[in-house]
Amino acid sequence: MTTVTVQGKEVSPLRRFISNFAERKLAVVGLVVFVLLILAAVFAPWITPQNPYDLTQIDFMDGRLAPGSSGATLTYWLGTDDQGRDLLSGIFYGLRTSLSVGAISTIIALFFGGSLGLIGAYFGGRIDTIIMRIADLQLSFPGILIALILVSALGQGVDKIIIALVAVQWAYYARTIRSTALVERRKEYMEAATCLAISHKRIMFKHLMPNCIPPLIVVGTVQVAHAISLEATLSFLGIGVPITEPSLGLLIKNGFDYMLSGDYWVSFYPGVALLITIVSINLVGDQLRDVLNPRLQK
Amino acid sequence: MLAFTIRRLSQSVVVLFVMSVIVFAGVFAIGNPVDILINPEADIAEQEETMRRLGLDKPIWVQYGAFMSNALQGDLGNSFVHNVPALEIIATRLPATLELAFLAVGFAIILGVPLGMVAGLKEDSWIGKTIMTGSILGFSLPTFWVGLIFIMLFSVSLGWLPASGRGETVDVLGVPVSFLTWDGLSHLLLPALNLALFKISLVIRLARSGTKEVLLQDYIKFARAKGLSNYRIIGVHVLKNILIPVITVLGLELGNVIAFAVVTETVFAWPGIGKLLIDSIANLDRPVVVAYLLMTVTMFILINFVVDILYSILDPRVRLGGAN
Repeated sequence: MTTVTVQGKEVSPLRRFISNFAERKLAVVGLVVFVLLILAAVFAPWITPQNPYDLTQIDFMDGRLAPGSSGATLTYWLGTDDQGRDLLSGIFYGLRTSLSVGAISTIIALFFGGSLGLIGAYFGGRIDTIIMRIADLQLSFPGILIALILVSALGQGVDKIIIALVAVQWAYYARTIRSTALVERRKEYMEAATCLAISHKRIMFKHLMPNCIPPLIVVGTVQVAHAISLEATLSFLGIGVPITEPSLGLLIKNGFDYMLSGDYWVSFYPGVALLITIVSINLVGDQLRDVLNPRLQK
Repeated sequence: MLAFTIRRLSQSVVVLFVMSVIVFAGVFAIGNPVDILINPEADIAEQEETMRRLGLDKPIWVQYGAFMSNALQGDLGNSFVHNVPALEIIATRLPATLELAFLAVGFAIILGVPLGMVAGLKEDSWIGKTIMTGSILGFSLPTFWVGLIFIMLFSVSLGWLPASGRGETVDVLGVPVSFLTWDGLSHLLLPALNLALFKISLVIRLARSGTKEVLLQDYIKFARAKGLSNYRIIGVHVLKNILIPVITVLGLELGNVIAFAVVTETVFAWPGIGKLLIDSIANLDRPVVVAYLLMTVTMFILINFVVDILYSILDPRVRLGGAN
């Protein structure tokens, strides 16, 4: 009997969203892989065979062992690096740094850029011109150049990398939310809110902002992949995260020297992990763009 | 027009000033170069003497003032490490980077345009879809990662191409170039392809959408009605028309290619300015870092300025829009 009532019900937007998203199998695979990566990163200390940064657990004699070889205490499925650290464990820990740097910088940039874009669109005039001029200006420089300037200016460290990534990304969000907000601002509910004499802050963040979120989510998802990729690049160049908190990019850099002597795995497997991360996020982002695109919604 | 040019020019100058302050102040804060340059066993007097010689004992704004007045005269200071003018080091390294960048742009055209045209002509076939998937990968994969795979595949496994360095060079008008010797060419191939990858993906997209658009035009129908062969229509009429946006975009992207060369040059140990920058950051060689960043920033500001002026000539709405 219950099935009948469910059929009669109006389909909720969330349910429609989920079924739309699930239409493309590849996107679902991407999502599943991405969730697994997040779980691996979060639970790394509990699921990895060794803590690669605890010196008591590392056997220096096991340095640069090929994948699948057995060491004194455990089998190294993906081999070991020059310090004798288990690469699989290293990758899980590296994923932790990569994902958290990517996510944190995206959230901060989303908040920062989103607020600026919203303020610009809502107030218009001079404030809008100044904010957008700065955003345009910044977008006329390649992201890597901005990051290089900031990193060479601020020095190294996880916090500095996050600042650099935020600086590279905020303008995308400011532009995205501004173009949506400019359309929304002309709608009737905004007029109604203005007539009710609610404060600007409340109108902006309670009424205007929730309606500008969908495109921001799409841009945000793709930008997480960009942020992770840029952080990996900077770390590979040796100007990213410090050695104490290695990300995937730094693991790849560490293995790079041994690649020419044939010990490919030290660089290769962290590279594969990076590739899987970026591709899975992009698959999810692509499908989100199609599902959330207002022009395609019936 | 004059008012627009002046306004745009003053904006460029302001940006350049802000960037120079950020770069200078930031690089100043990176660390104390004295610790690296002076023998740790030197006594205080010797240290102070070296600091005075390098001008590091003065307050930061005095250093900035001296730096700017010298910079305007084309003197960006001597490299702490090599003890020759920073600009001179950059000038000797620049040809290598330019060679790489131009070849990369060449690859982008030679490979990107035909692939994009095929993708546009055979949009629904597997070949078109494969090309488009490839271009998505080219966009999303980090450059350094692809470079590593290139080295792993072509240098380590197959042993076809060398993985690092510039190889044998020949002097042309006093400038060493690699592409005229076999050895140099083999060294050049992998890094140039690596650097080109992103641009190839970009050109594929431009060429594909261009082809799809051009195919619907009347002059193509007319060419078909005239009985021209398919090869001639695609190879001449379509190709010529899609090349305009491709070349415009690639011209704008040349600056980007030079900025991204930092990554490729590091992977392939290519002795250009990008590798110089990374080495200089590692060595805390402040003048070289500042000179590189200022030079690149100036280059971008110049490109943007010229493009804006050209656009405002071609499309008056640009300068009218900026006026209010």
